[in-house]
Amino acid sequence: MFDQLSDRLQSTLSEVRSRGKLSESDVDAAMREIRLALLEADVNFKVVKSFTRTLKERCLGAEVMDSLDPGQQVVKIVNEELAELMGGTGEELAMAASGPTVILMSGLQGSGKTTACAKLAQYFRKQNKDVALAACDVYRPAAVEQLVTMGGRAGAHVYEQGTEADPVDIASWALDRAREERRDVLIIDTAGRLHIDQELMAELAKIRKKTAPDDVLLVVDAMTGQDAVGVAESFAEAAEFDGVVMTKLDGDARGGAALSVKAVTGKPILFASTGEKIEDFDRFHPDRMAQRILGMGDVLSLIEKAETQVDEKSAEELQEKLKKDQFTLEDFLTQMKQVRKMGPLSGILGMLPGMGAMKQLKNANIDERELDRTEAIILSMTPAERADPHIIKGSRRKRIANGSGTKVQQVNALVKQFDQMRVMMRSMANGKMPSPEQMMAMQGGGAPRPKIRRR
Amino acid sequence: MVERLEHEVESGAVPADGVAVRDRLIEILAEVAGTARAPIDLAADPAVLMMVGVNGTGKTTTIGKIAWHLSKEFGLSVVLAAADTYRAAAAEQLETWAERAGAELIRGEAGADPGSVAYDAIGAARARGADVVIVDTAGRLHTQTDLMDELAKVRRVIAKQIPEAPHETLISIDATTGQNGLRQAQIFSEAVEVDGVVLTKLDGTAKGGIALAIAGDLGIPVKLIGVGETLEDLRPFDPEDYAKALLAE
Repeated sequence: MFDQLSDRLQSTLSEVRSRGKLSESDVDAAMREIRLALLEADVNFKVVKSFTRTLKERCLGAEVMDSLDPGQQVVKIVNEELAELMGGTGEELAMAASGPTVILMSGLQGSGKTTACAKLAQYFRKQNKDVALAACDVYRPAAVEQLVTMGGRAGAHVYEQGTEADPVDIASWALDRAREERRDVLIIDTAGRLHIDQELMAELAKIRKKTAPDDVLLVVDAMTGQDAVGVAESFAEAAEFDGVVMTKLDGDARGGAALSVKAVTGKPILFASTGEKIEDFDRFHPDRMAQRILGMGDVLSLIEKAETQVDEKSAEELQEKLKKDQFTLEDFLTQMKQVRKMGPLSGILGMLPGMGAMKQLKNANIDERELDRTEAIILSMTPAERADPHIIKGSRRKRIANGSGTKVQQVNALVKQFDQMRVMMRSMANGKMPSPEQMMAMQGGGAPRPKIRRR
Repeated sequence: MVERLEHEVESGAVPADGVAVRDRLIEILAEVAGTARAPIDLAADPAVLMMVGVNGTGKTTTIGKIAWHLSKEFGLSVVLAAADTYRAAAAEQLETWAERAGAELIRGEAGADPGSVAYDAIGAARARGADVVIVDTAGRLHTQTDLMDELAKVRRVIAKQIPEAPHETLISIDATTGQNGLRQAQIFSEAVEVDGVVLTKLDGTAKGGIALAIAGDLGIPVKLIGVGETLEDLRPFDPEDYAKALLAE
């Protein structure tokens, strides 16, 4: 995400940070670099201008110049302003006090509305909300079928009347039905439309008037160039949207659209869509995104991810096993599965601070298939073999290799790796390398076991 | 380009007045935009056309329009291969277009191997003596290496039916896309040897300036433009009109 922008900003800021004292010309030079980086990233030029102006004012202010570590202060300010540029903190969807919360989705063709509808439905389903979807795209062939299929996958009720009915009528009919059936959320999918198509924009305004949505969301393709600003302005006028869903953020878009839309319309980015799967969708946190762009990592999101996927009990069991040196391949398999549940490893790495700066990691294409193979090998072992891999000899090896579709060498390599891992763990447990708990104990702090909280 | 124009004005080859400079600029832009221009190659029998591109750029719609033109205006028999087996209702969407265009649709089950759908479609087209096969593929972000590998495989499988096929591989690029469009064209081209660009959604306010970079840097010409949602809204690319539109207010 936003790699190029991230690289340039990081190198500029590390230059600033390396100085003990900052002169006005140092700040000027840094601002010039930041301005160029943003322009190259397709950020609207007006936005860039006002952004760097604010930035410069703050950087030349007393809080920086009089501080002991001005470079660090500049980084802090850039981080804050970048977050502000994308929407600040604490922006939430408005939820209805009673009756269904109505969310109207709008956007250009191909920005990803229908997919975003299903993903949003899934997002609410995870919060145990009863969700309905209204299929108001009667123009694009098979748009209704797509919503029916994807909505069904998300566990939502899909209200549709085929393609003969009028979108405005479908929307108000769906709202009545959602009220009657006491759904918590109604998401209205609409046809993609060009912001200059007056007829369709009027239709959108009508749907808005009829259904009085709690939230109108604009779906924006992250790869949109300078045109994003014009589009957002037109939609702001006709649909008066409240927030933005940024899609296709898993590509190598430079971030121009994401960084411009809030500044131009004053509406924050609320959600980010980051992949092909229905789960690849989450709240957008401008502050965390700013940190990621600046290479400060996003540990908060990582912890949240881990908390939803790892359960406390199995984490405790694992620690117990590590202590007693009873860690088996079976446990290894469970661990691996849990980590993988958090999503592709490359995504997880991006959330770790400083990873962006490690070039070799950035280009390392983490081969998820290698992990598939490891899983397959372990799954082809008998419980006895998983508990004690040393019994794996000639014919067992061959059987496992055949069963998992791998080669004998690969089975050998896995067993060897596992051995090394155990040796390492044992030496850690024996105190050759102090573990965090042992360090706590040394400081006389009762050694509480680090717990993984579950929400 | 700007350097070239400056040089020409300084050396006196172009008179230093606004209109002349503007005209010359249009000429230069048109020249770059027209790099490596070539018509869509449908000489083979059947000719196989493959459509690739990022999600939501308008692949299926473009195929519908191409099929309609080929069948209604040139009287060719067209087979459409619904090799987007991933996105929900993608085959149904193509089916509607096939009906409108009077083309035959070959589809697989949802989640079926896209290569096998393409293979079957070409097989069917050969058996029936159809003129053109158009293969629709699932939209994919160029950054997803595994999906790009899958696309390369579809191409290889197609070549198993007819060694020279696909005779024409087109990438659809959304005119509203920014600088990213160049990366899209480059990486797709590395995976499947793209012959031309279909610049879609030009009916908005976007001018599709990225096509200039794609033609200039990669030598991949724009062949068609999409200017609306009806069947007729697909046109051949005219570099001169395009250059004029780029400079228009």
